[in-house]
Amino acid sequence: MTRPLLLQGGRVIDPSRGIDQVTDLLVVDGKIAGVGAGLAAPEGAEVRSVVGKIVAPGLVDVHVHMREPGNEDEETVASGARAAVAGGFTAVCAMPNTDHVTDNQAAVGFIVRQSVRAGLARVYPIGAVSVGQRGEKLAEFGEMVGAGAVAVSDDGRPVASSHLMRTALEYARTFGIPVADHCEDPTLAAGGVMHEGLVASRLGLKGIPAAAEEIMVGRDCLLAGLTGGHVHLCHMSTRGSVELIRRAKEQGIRVTAEVTPHHLTLTDHACEGYDTHAKMNPPLREAADVAALRAAVKEGVIDCIASDHAPHAYDEKEAAFDDAPFGIVGLETAFAVAHTELVLGGVLTLPELMARMSTQPAKIFHLPGGTLAVGAPADVVVLDAAAPWTVDPATFRSKSRNTPFAGRALTGRALLTLVAGKTVHDVVAPPPKVP
Amino acid sequence: MPPKSERTILLDARAMSRALQRMAVEVAELAHGTADLVLIGIQRRGVELAERIAKMIEKDEGVAVPRGALDITLYRDDLETVGPKPVIGETRLPVDLTGKHAVIVDDVLYTGRTVRAALDELADFGRPKRISLCVLVDRGGRELPIQADVVGKVVKTGPGDRVEVQVEELDGSDQVDLVR
Amino acid sequence: MTVNLGKDLTGLEHLTPEQIRLILDTAEPFKEVSERPIKKVPALRGKTIVNLFFEASTRTRISFEFAEKRLSADTVNVAATGSSVSKGETLVDTAKNLEAMRIDMVVIRHPSSGAAGFLGQRIRSNVINAGDGKHEHPTQALLDLLTIRDKHGKIAGLKVCLVGDVLHSRVARSNIWGLTKLGAQVAVCGPYTLMPRGIEELGVQFFPRIEEAIEWADVLNILRLQLERMEKGFIPSLREYYRVWGVTPERLERSPRAITIMHPGPMNRGVEIDSRVADGPHSVILDQVTNGVAVRMAVLYLLAGGRPELADAAKRGGGAE
Repeated sequence: MTRPLLLQGGRVIDPSRGIDQVTDLLVVDGKIAGVGAGLAAPEGAEVRSVVGKIVAPGLVDVHVHMREPGNEDEETVASGARAAVAGGFTAVCAMPNTDHVTDNQAAVGFIVRQSVRAGLARVYPIGAVSVGQRGEKLAEFGEMVGAGAVAVSDDGRPVASSHLMRTALEYARTFGIPVADHCEDPTLAAGGVMHEGLVASRLGLKGIPAAAEEIMVGRDCLLAGLTGGHVHLCHMSTRGSVELIRRAKEQGIRVTAEVTPHHLTLTDHACEGYDTHAKMNPPLREAADVAALRAAVKEGVIDCIASDHAPHAYDEKEAAFDDAPFGIVGLETAFAVAHTELVLGGVLTLPELMARMSTQPAKIFHLPGGTLAVGAPADVVVLDAAAPWTVDPATFRSKSRNTPFAGRALTGRALLTLVAGKTVHDVVAPPPKVP
Repeated sequence: MPPKSERTILLDARAMSRALQRMAVEVAELAHGTADLVLIGIQRRGVELAERIAKMIEKDEGVAVPRGALDITLYRDDLETVGPKPVIGETRLPVDLTGKHAVIVDDVLYTGRTVRAALDELADFGRPKRISLCVLVDRGGRELPIQADVVGKVVKTGPGDRVEVQVEELDGSDQVDLVR
Repeated sequence: MTVNLGKDLTGLEHLTPEQIRLILDTAEPFKEVSERPIKKVPALRGKTIVNLFFEASTRTRISFEFAEKRLSADTVNVAATGSSVSKGETLVDTAKNLEAMRIDMVVIRHPSSGAAGFLGQRIRSNVINAGDGKHEHPTQALLDLLTIRDKHGKIAGLKVCLVGDVLHSRVARSNIWGLTKLGAQVAVCGPYTLMPRGIEELGVQFFPRIEEAIEWADVLNILRLQLERMEKGFIPSLREYYRVWGVTPERLERSPRAITIMHPGPMNRGVEIDSRVADGPHSVILDQVTNGVAVRMAVLYLLAGGRPELADAAKRGGGAE
């Protein structure tokens, strides 16, 4: 039983209720007990001054790769949850491309149990669309949802068969969950390691054309329209995709989309020098794509920001560009990168950013969270939007260090993270390490 | 212009009642009492007549008389040629007919084909000891060697004539008309 | 007023309510024939009927055979395999051969939708559809209607829900036609992947969950789920289907009323229907089978022979001779 906590004098931003004001927030018994000026501290409460800081609903990341089961050296549910709370996230969704694939109720239940055991950020399992993610046979959505899955995805891979994607969207409707697709036409993208463009030509690397993503984006929007199902498009990276999504939304199709902080920041030039920390799928693209994605985030055509946190052992990334695995970690830099590039960069206001990193992702995936309404679970983050820091991967709580932002100067970090009112990350007084 | 049809009343309600009373007595006599008597009315109006005769016998003899209904549509020899198909009525037999004296009851006996169909159908239900025929009106014109054992009224008719029987239960009144 | 059925029975979609009622009313006396010690009437004596089954079927074929034999017709069973290369050609050839042999009636089951109508247009014999592709299975729907009417005394206003693979079901389609024409409220329930497009435009409600269907329905007609639906990717597994949509006693208990349980058979016990429900007090599944023979006798009787120009002779309905 945790003590009540009164956060005094912070700038409380709650996009779910349109609140943005300097006021107090009270947490009692794991729930938000009050938001308002001059709140009285109940008996035995801890009182903390958060003057000059931001108090917001805990961040929600709907696209994270825990490497458990199968590659626990790279990340576990527990280590990933720790990295999450350090980054200000109180809830994350774990993609199923583990070894074995999370494609049945027992595997889903395992992730849920590991999350509870870790007792840090809430880790919600995403189940596979197809058994083994082999793209052949539907997984048992009903059983997985019953065990705690919040969505289905074959991420890591596209759902190549249109018939399978169609039946997945239809079948998912029964359970009210989205189908999250990794949009990549397999034959177009095969063998590609970075964006197909001038940089790739100069470096002599095979490229993945923007069309490889856009073909599937178009297809998925059409199938969502045909079936009435909800498709969520993962890690969008091209301006063409933005156009397709905009048009689909205008037609009332149930499509949502996410973008990563790195696709809002870096271009294919980051691959120069064959830096494998710039190798991910979808690849970093051109400046025009970055600009279109930023505008889309502002406009709401892209609904939320998600990290696509993809841990890899250091030695795996120590390879020739062609041979290194795709992916970078992101939980511990996501807010800072997004804040520095988008808020300080004048694209979004801070409340708009909080909406896209907390309220919106929770809403799309029907998760509790993203709100500071009285009675809601006390998933809260206290952010210092002015704190300057330099990214040092050696200090990451994640087991992996593969980031392109090493040495980068960023502004903004999480000071305090509460999950169900319990302090799980505290820069000032770090809670005892959980084994 | 077709010739005008002429309608005569063969039996009014009172006459019909008298005829049925006499027929009831004759049936009981024919069957030597009620021990193995079963009355089977042919759909449709034969069923009502069988019911009335059975009640009259019961009143006189003080014993219940089983009665049933027989629809002969499926045994008609002209099913080939009629179309659309006639509606099939209910067939229900109260007891096993084996060893019984079955008395078929119908309103009008004409060509005899209906009775022939009834005899074929009864054969599929068992082997009565004896089958007799009781009709309200015998209008002649037999096409098969069939005769009634108990008759209400005999009347000579031609091929263009019609004998129309009405019973109170179905038609609202008791009457037998000859239409020429 | 006389109601005619025409030459063939290919489906219920184009029948009028009066025609459907005629068949149901005619089936009643045929039920009694099947209760007699000698289950035979001479109504179709001398008629030749071919059961032309291009798809394996035991129960429907046997039901038709009993119906035909009980009407004293001569029956011939032909189990033809339709070659995938020249199905259409084979049907035309078959039609010509049957015509050459002066067959009176053909009962056809074929894997292609529209096959019964195709045959009916090409031969003078009466053609009865015993199931064509995914299109219709009219005699099944008719026996379902008769069973519902027997149990509830009426069809109009009743709430009937078809549960399962409606997309691939000819039984469902025929039932939807028959039920809506006779004034029932119709709904379907099952996975979205097994529902046909545009079903709402036929006036049919959709329930994504069996619990909702159970709360609403007076009658559940539970369709058989075929193994190949799982293999073709419409549902992940038979086990999950049972867990989400299976009709179980526990789910039925939550209904405010006693729901009549129907199934066209053969049943997958433990998949679409729990054994305790199939064998339970509200199941009329066996009545459906009994009524099947009577309905088929009625259809054969009504379609066979008859020259309309002599219709007047039948006007007085027996007793005038």
